[in-house]
Amino acid sequence: MDAFYIIATASLFAISCSILGAFLILRKMAMVGDAISHAVLPGIVIAFLFTGSRDSITMIIGAGILGVFTTFLIEFFHRRARLQADAAIGVTFTWLFALGVIMVSLFAGQIDIDQDCVLYGEIAYVPLDLWISESGINFGPRALYVASGILIINLIFLFIGYKQLYITTFDPQYAATIGVGVTLWNYLLMGSVSMTTVAAFESVGAILIVALMVVPSACAYLLTQRLEQMILLGVLISIFISVVGYYLAAMIDGSIAGGIVTVSGCLFLMILLTQVLKKRGAKTTVSSPENLG
Amino acid sequence: MELFFEFFSFQDASIISVVIGSILLTSSSAVVGTFTFLKKKALLGDAVAHAVLPGICLAFILSGTKNPLILIIGAFITGWLSLITIDFIGSRTKLKEDTAIALVLSVFFGVGILMLTSIQHSGNAAQTGLDSFLFGNAAALIGTDLIVFAFVSLVLFGVVSLLFKEMKILAFDPSFAQVIGLPVKTLELVLTSITVLAVVTGIQAVGVVLMAAMLITPAAAARFWTQNVLHMTLIAGVLGAFSGLAGAFVSYSAPTMPTGPWIVMVISIIALISFFLAPKRGILSRNLQQRSLRHLIMDENLLKELYHIGEKDNTPFKERSIAAIMRERFFPEGQLKSGLIRLKRKGFLVNKDGRWKFTQLGYEKGQRMVKLHRLWELYLSEYLKIAPDHVHEDAETIEHVITPELEARLEKMLAFPETDPHEKKIPY
Repeated sequence: MDAFYIIATASLFAISCSILGAFLILRKMAMVGDAISHAVLPGIVIAFLFTGSRDSITMIIGAGILGVFTTFLIEFFHRRARLQADAAIGVTFTWLFALGVIMVSLFAGQIDIDQDCVLYGEIAYVPLDLWISESGINFGPRALYVASGILIINLIFLFIGYKQLYITTFDPQYAATIGVGVTLWNYLLMGSVSMTTVAAFESVGAILIVALMVVPSACAYLLTQRLEQMILLGVLISIFISVVGYYLAAMIDGSIAGGIVTVSGCLFLMILLTQVLKKRGAKTTVSSPENLG
Repeated sequence: MELFFEFFSFQDASIISVVIGSILLTSSSAVVGTFTFLKKKALLGDAVAHAVLPGICLAFILSGTKNPLILIIGAFITGWLSLITIDFIGSRTKLKEDTAIALVLSVFFGVGILMLTSIQHSGNAAQTGLDSFLFGNAAALIGTDLIVFAFVSLVLFGVVSLLFKEMKILAFDPSFAQVIGLPVKTLELVLTSITVLAVVTGIQAVGVVLMAAMLITPAAAARFWTQNVLHMTLIAGVLGAFSGLAGAFVSYSAPTMPTGPWIVMVISIIALISFFLAPKRGILSRNLQQRSLRHLIMDENLLKELYHIGEKDNTPFKERSIAAIMRERFFPEGQLKSGLIRLKRKGFLVNKDGRWKFTQLGYEKGQRMVKLHRLWELYLSEYLKIAPDHVHEDAETIEHVITPELEARLEKMLAFPETDPHEKKIPY
């Protein structure tokens, strides 16, 4: 049952991440997603210090604001200080992440996160943190509900905003002409990325979240041209890597999040190599003299 | 405070070695980072930094020791491999470079974490301290570790100073480098290698997670203080050294504290101060420049409009009300009033009972603006054959920046014309 809970939680988070990741990849903003996932750490610690617990709405909102603030800060350094874009991203998130890690080590006694949790989360402990009602009914692991809640919010966001996200992603100028707020949808997307990061943070850690966002969607992007199919494939891949990754980690007794990411990396490598080989095969058939003759 | 003096008196031999070590590590990576920054490859450094983790773990698993030389070799190999993979994904598939970087970064790091946790759970006693590579531990820079890491930093300094000119050209204009016969491919290879090496050396003090900051942030901060690449490299090196010193101090005063985040915090604060306060390029000084330019344009426009009003009723030195100025041309009221006050302070206008009139100086300046505006309109329509109804906008912007030399040339070229394309008299 523990294995089921862990895999289910991981899959739900991975699905949320891959949906958002599809848009990040298409908008060429994967590294901004990476920056946000690092930069929300101080927000999480501050919210922790104020509320004293981790599964609070304040935390998600607080860190969500910080994520949007990061996006704003990157833009600000890029526009106002004319700092080149890549350096603006690099400076902003390393600074905020360093701040977060310092806070984690300073307030080690008062908050329930440590450096390991920051890096790769503690999804193995999911089955231990149960939601038990006052009358003593056991509803199962708390993280499972958080993961489902976040997925539902992301799905609602996707259903309501699909058209707008689609247009602002592929043709921002056209979107602006027909009155769809490009900046607004950008910030909404970044807000969702931060929110999902915060929710999934204690399970998979800040850095491996990036892998969940980028890798399944990148695999899907190599396999299809259509956005709907890309998202759907990303979801299937997310579930697959969560299951296989769990058993890989169990086999060599390592971090489960690390195992999931490793499996996703292997899957990507396989798809990448078949694609490249297929392309090479296609090229040789076209240029071979028999076909031309 | 006591700790502070104790530390900076450098009584203890181990303090000296930790200080020297941290300074060398952080300043050498800052110096190399200057070139990755200039080549706009800053985020590749982030990928390399994360990608050395599996290399370190693998080297440990295979060798069973924490010999720094072996770990460095392992880190170097996976760091390089990550760059090759990013390049391969970027050039062979439709995935863009940023996706490739994010993907390689997180996957390599994930594999590293899987190995690291597996090593930790294996109960191998030799592994303690391996996790200090995550966030850095400057205090561990003693003995062989110090010698190996310091040696690599010196190699980095050596390579950069020997190839400084070539690297500079490569960073700014690779095609020019190709044309003048520089071995561009080899140089790229060298730059990539020293970048990977810089990351690898820095991890002892800063750790893999935040190592990217040591490549990016000192260079970004230095960029705001100079236009000269040599100066920029030196400033970045000094800033890097300073943050390294701060890191060593933290490591000394609080041994359990990871040093990396503190080093990054110090260098980031320096960078933020530079972004805002640096002369010329900083946000504050940029805003001031923009403001003084806005004021200049506002003032000159006001003088010009006052001249226009005087031209109409032939009494240039008559007092005008604010309403009269507004009738001639609309200005936002606050800006109009502060502009008038500025002009009074400069001696171009005098104020009497809330009405404004030219001084001789102000009249001449207003006349000059009108002249410049009309000369430029005439120049555009005569020489560039632009229709007279299209020349006003352009003249409106350029009139503020025409120098006396250009003014003299325009007058000579157009032979002191009487009227502009709208048949208005050009005043001399």
